Amino acid sequence: MAAPLLEVKDLVMHFPVKSRGVISQTLGQVKAVDGISFTLNAGQSLGLVGESGCGKTTTGRLITRLHKPTSGQILFEGEDIANASPRQLKPIRRDIQMIFQDPYTSLNPRQTVGEIIGAPLVIHNLVPKNKRLARVQELLEIVGLSPEHYNRYPHEFSGGQRQRIGIARALTLQPKVLVADEPVSALDVSIQAQVINLMQDLQKEFNIAFLFIAHDLAIVRHFCPEIAVMYLGKIVEQAPREQLYSAPKHPYTKALLSAAPDIQQVIAGGRRERIRLTGDVPSPINPPSGCPFRTRCWKAQDICATMPPPLEPKGGAGIVACHFPENTSPEDANTPVSTARNAA
Amino acid sequence: MPDISRPFLSVENLTVNFPTPDGIVHATESLSYTLERGKTLGIVGESGSGKSVSSSAILGLHRYSNAIVSGQIWLDGTDLLQISDNDMRLKRGKEVAMIFQDPLSALHPYYRVGDQIAEAYRAHNTVTKKAARARTIEMLARVGIPQPDRRVDDYPHQFSGGMRQRVMIAMALINDPTLLIADEPTTALDVTVQAQILDLLQDLQREFNTALIMITHDLGVIAEVADDVLVMYAGRAVEYGSARALLTKPSMPYTWGLIQSVPDVTGPVDRPLRPIPGSPPSLVQPPAGCAFFGRCAFSSLVPGDRCAHELPELLPIEAGHLKRCHLEDVSVMYAESVEADRVDTATVEAGAH
Repeated sequence: MAAPLLEVKDLVMHFPVKSRGVISQTLGQVKAVDGISFTLNAGQSLGLVGESGCGKTTTGRLITRLHKPTSGQILFEGEDIANASPRQLKPIRRDIQMIFQDPYTSLNPRQTVGEIIGAPLVIHNLVPKNKRLARVQELLEIVGLSPEHYNRYPHEFSGGQRQRIGIARALTLQPKVLVADEPVSALDVSIQAQVINLMQDLQKEFNIAFLFIAHDLAIVRHFCPEIAVMYLGKIVEQAPREQLYSAPKHPYTKALLSAAPDIQQVIAGGRRERIRLTGDVPSPINPPSGCPFRTRCWKAQDICATMPPPLEPKGGAGIVACHFPENTSPEDANTPVSTARNAA
Repeated sequence: MPDISRPFLSVENLTVNFPTPDGIVHATESLSYTLERGKTLGIVGESGSGKSVSSSAILGLHRYSNAIVSGQIWLDGTDLLQISDNDMRLKRGKEVAMIFQDPLSALHPYYRVGDQIAEAYRAHNTVTKKAARARTIEMLARVGIPQPDRRVDDYPHQFSGGMRQRVMIAMALINDPTLLIADEPTTALDVTVQAQILDLLQDLQREFNTALIMITHDLGVIAEVADDVLVMYAGRAVEYGSARALLTKPSMPYTWGLIQSVPDVTGPVDRPLRPIPGSPPSLVQPPAGCAFFGRCAFSSLVPGDRCAHELPELLPIEAGHLKRCHLEDVSVMYAESVEADRVDTATVEAGAH
């Protein structure tokens, strides 16, 4: 098998916490991303889910190199870009682009749509000046907007249309990887599906690999065949979606899924039992020893406090970091989620 | 004397208009619904559908703006639109309370949370500072904030998002309101915290027999908590009924479209999402016919262009289930969902502008 398009190895991002004053001292480290590894193949989608503060956005920003990682490797087409200089990064930025969460703050209100979408062409000087407009109009058409709207300003568009503009800008340089950080969470429900379908069509047409970051479990399930669940800067479970949603192995994944409201469940009859997670996510400045989830886990035992569980296969596809995983026998993997929950 | 023939809350023909330089914005048009104590009404709709505007009218929040409000809002036998500003002030925060969407902007950053909550209590009760503080600590404990006697002196920024929303709930419930309006109370929160807050609201509702209006755009939240559901579109109710009837047998194409367009965590993985094409109409110049016309996949099945020219009325299709739609045979919608042919939305949206 060919080398993966993007490979992340032991990626770490610690932000220093400094004291105020003339002589600032480093008081501690926010361990935003604490040693994660994954691979992404051309044209594939990997989903990253987790609660706010789990490090999923920081991961996206590391891959686009908006942050410089504390340690670890980001191999893009075999080349480590973790420590690349801005000059070395410039050609790589063509291939790794980003779609931002908020279509209201990520577009410059004083630039026309044409200037926004055409900016990457100017920066990288790829298309001669007299052909830029044609390329911009082509992009507008690809994302489902009228080509003659290149002269309008962002405020003249609705939220869904603005997100299309953001997508067009990300597509301008024909990237191989798109990091989509909560691309639809700021949009109305009826508009979300339009943008999701657009991204899926574009993925097929241009063979783009997506790192899809979201907190909405249903949308991630719909978009990504492979999903990684993050908690306090670490991946706690990664598996194909069929397995992750029907037979989650990590207690945190299970709790997360049971918390997600689901219409289909109500339509099918009855409301299901929820696993109530108590308390908040611990501070990433001072994460718990051993397993990061142990302070909220109902299965935690002494070993969980002393030994961090390794991320490894525990029966079935996928990997999980837990000393006492659920759904490990092969029969469990085939049990539908509702009965698995009732049994719990 | 409370009028026993009327439901606990009865909103009748509520209309809220805002004059603007561009014309009158018809934010809510002749909206009617009822709610009994101990029950939950879910109001669903997208941004600008009038769901928040209609609910702030219950609290009388439009009294000091240029809004033109008409209709009747009967709460426990009193028409809230007819009483004086002072009488409304005595009810606001005591009988009717509201939980806002974004707890960070709804809490004052310069004041301790305890003082903010106690202020709501002292506004309606003649008590000593000490008694108000004791009551505040009791409420903080009731909404599940650990070490309430210490946290009472903290500032909002010292709380996490979920804890801030608990503070908001404590503030709203401190006077034991009989009607609680929650405007997107969990939208800014993670799913696990959302589940905690929804559980808490339901526990408290049972304990105090509160009538709850839950405003949200998330049908999943509605499915979890609501007894009745009101779907709003472009300022009007388009479907109204029990949560179960509405989710299992949606009868207005907009409701059906909303359900079709969201993915879920169970069910088949590759069910295609069927988005609603286009975007909502302007509220300044509302269309003559059905407001959903143009985005609706079924208007061609209604004979004689009625959808384009004639506003459908909100009529019952069965006991307690109303819809605003000309389409008579709703079974075509369900047949459509099986075929699962995907509309080319990109071109539809581009064409709409």
